[in-house]
Formats: sequence, structure tokens, C-alpha cells
Amino acid sequence: MVKPVFSFGKSGLQDWLLQRISAVVLVIYAIFLFSQMMANTKHSFIAWHELFLGGWLRCASLLALISLVIHAWIGMWTITTDYLKPVILRLPSQIIIILALLGYLYWGIKIIWGL
Amino acid sequence: MKFSIYRYNPETDEKPRMQDYELDLKKTPAAMVLEALKIIKTQDETLSFRRSCGEGVCGSDGMNINGKNGLACITPLASLTEPVVLRPLPGMPVIRDLIVDLTNFYKQYEKTKPYLQNSQPAPGVERLQSPSEREKLDGLYECILCGCCSSACPSYWWNPEKFLGPAAALQAARFIVDSRDDATPERLAQLEDAYSVFRCRSIMNCADVCPKGLNPNKAIGEIRDKLLKDGV
Repeated sequence: MVKPVFSFGKSGLQDWLLQRISAVVLVIYAIFLFSQMMANTKHSFIAWHELFLGGWLRCASLLALISLVIHAWIGMWTITTDYLKPVILRLPSQIIIILALLGYLYWGIKIIWGL
Repeated sequence: MKFSIYRYNPETDEKPRMQDYELDLKKTPAAMVLEALKIIKTQDETLSFRRSCGEGVCGSDGMNINGKNGLACITPLASLTEPVVLRPLPGMPVIRDLIVDLTNFYKQYEKTKPYLQNSQPAPGVERLQSPSEREKLDGLYECILCGCCSSACPSYWWNPEKFLGPAAALQAARFIVDSRDDATPERLAQLEDAYSVFRCRSIMNCADVCPKGLNPNKAIGEIRDKLLKDGV
């Protein structure tokens, strides 16, 4: 079988494993953020800003952001290879999704690290 | 009892149609869908369907019965609401009426090399298994290749040439777990791509429709576990 050009990992096993690891990271991060929302009675921009100034949370947010991009791409690659059969539709769709995800990653890093 | 049956003869029909039939089950008793089909066939000999053993062993009469795949010979009429809608197995090319082309289904089966491979010299007696080794084949060897599962699987509909489909994946697992087979590394290497078994999304249609009560999704999970253990 021809190796898919845009699949994330080098095998189905790698994609499958990465999708699950990234899902676990996102669940842990989401639970943490939710618990912070519940614990923090001051729902203000300043309170959130202070929380996200912490270096460890910036690293965790970056990890979650990278996990989200990986998770989204593996999922979107699967969807496009399932439903978009003509190459003339599939290839541009995949390129647009890759560019959008990379754009979100760049934008997210800028926001998290205040660049 | 009322029936609505998919009819299509590519040689004479431009497009498929549903045809209604009615049976008086008091005059012509029938317990199973296949028996009803046989009676209908005596009234309309142009109706085509596959059947052989009539008791859920050969797997010839897989079809879509009231929206769910199953074997006509072991589906009781009493369990169905009227009109009983009979269609060919979905996602497969129709040869005629309720008969589908299973060529691709068998190609996927063939890919799994569904036979024991053992490079050791053949012993004087059978290659013996312990009871626990034999037990691992339970839930795998019983498959009759009726096609109900693969035909109910959307992943197989979208990628029939690349994704093995539940039936062939079950067969792959059957030989991977067999203690008498020593080609496990080669078998696993053939399945690690993005499609063969990893296109399964675990929606469990396969287990839901299997007339033998098997669970191909569980078998695919076992293959993935073995790939993971070997690959990490």
C-alpha cells in the first residue's frame, strides 16, 4: 500500500497511539481549567491573566495546544480520506486544514507566551 | 404477511425498485424469512437470492432485513414488523435482486492469509495445543463469512479496498492468536498501516449484526494490542 502523504505518524499504530495520548492530555488540561474556574471565585480577566502568567501553566497550555493540533489533524485526515474521494477535493482540503491548524498553533503560542 | 423486496436486474432494469408481495402464512406456513422467500419464488420465479444450508451455517443468505443485516434462514418472521423490507447487503455491488458481489470481501479475506503458517518441520502427529491455547480461538473460528458485519460497517463502505473490514480482521486475529502459527510478526507487519485495522472506529455495528454472536471489534482491539506491545 502507498504510504499516505499527509498522515501524521509513520504508521496507523503511531497515529492511533498519538490520538489517544493527546486526548488524555486534553482531558487532564480541561479538568484542571474547569477546577480552576470552580475554585476561583473572582471570574475576572485579571485573575485569569495572573493564573496564566505562571510558567508551568504556560508549558501545560503549550502542551495542550500541541496535543489539540495533533489530535485534530489525525481526526481531520481520517475524515477527509473517508469522505472526500476525488483528489481534487481531498488534497486542497487537507492543505487548508494543515495551514489553519499551523496558524492556530502560531496564534496560540503568541497568546500564551505574550509574544 | 406483507413483504417489500428490492428488485434489480442490471440487464433489463434502468434502476432498482421495491416490489410488494403478500403471503398467507396460514395456507403456506413459513417460520423463517428464507422459507417465505422460497414460497415467494414459487409465485415469482424471477426473484433471485442466494441460499444453501438453511440453518445459519453456510452464510449464503445474508441480507438486509427491516434495516438490519442478518441471515434470512435464522430470522424468524414472528420477530419482524410488516411490511418486511428485504434489501441486498448494503455497500456492496448488486449482481441481481438480493445477490451482491462479494469479490472485494473475499479479496480482503485472502489478504489475511487465512491458513496456518508454520516453518517448523511437520511433526509425526498433529500440532497439539493446550486447552488454554485452544480457548483463545473461541469467538474467532466460528465466523461463517456471511458478510453481514463488513456490509454494516461504514469504514468498510468508505474504504473497501484498504480497510480489511470486520470479517477479514476477525480472521486475521484468528491466525495471529493461534499457537500453531509462527508467522505472527509478518501478519502484524501487514496490519500496521493506517487503514487495514486502524480505520475501525469501534461503532460496533459488526457485533450488533453478527448472526453468530461474534465481536470483530474485540478481535481488532486484540490485534491493536499486539501491535502496540510489539511496536513500543
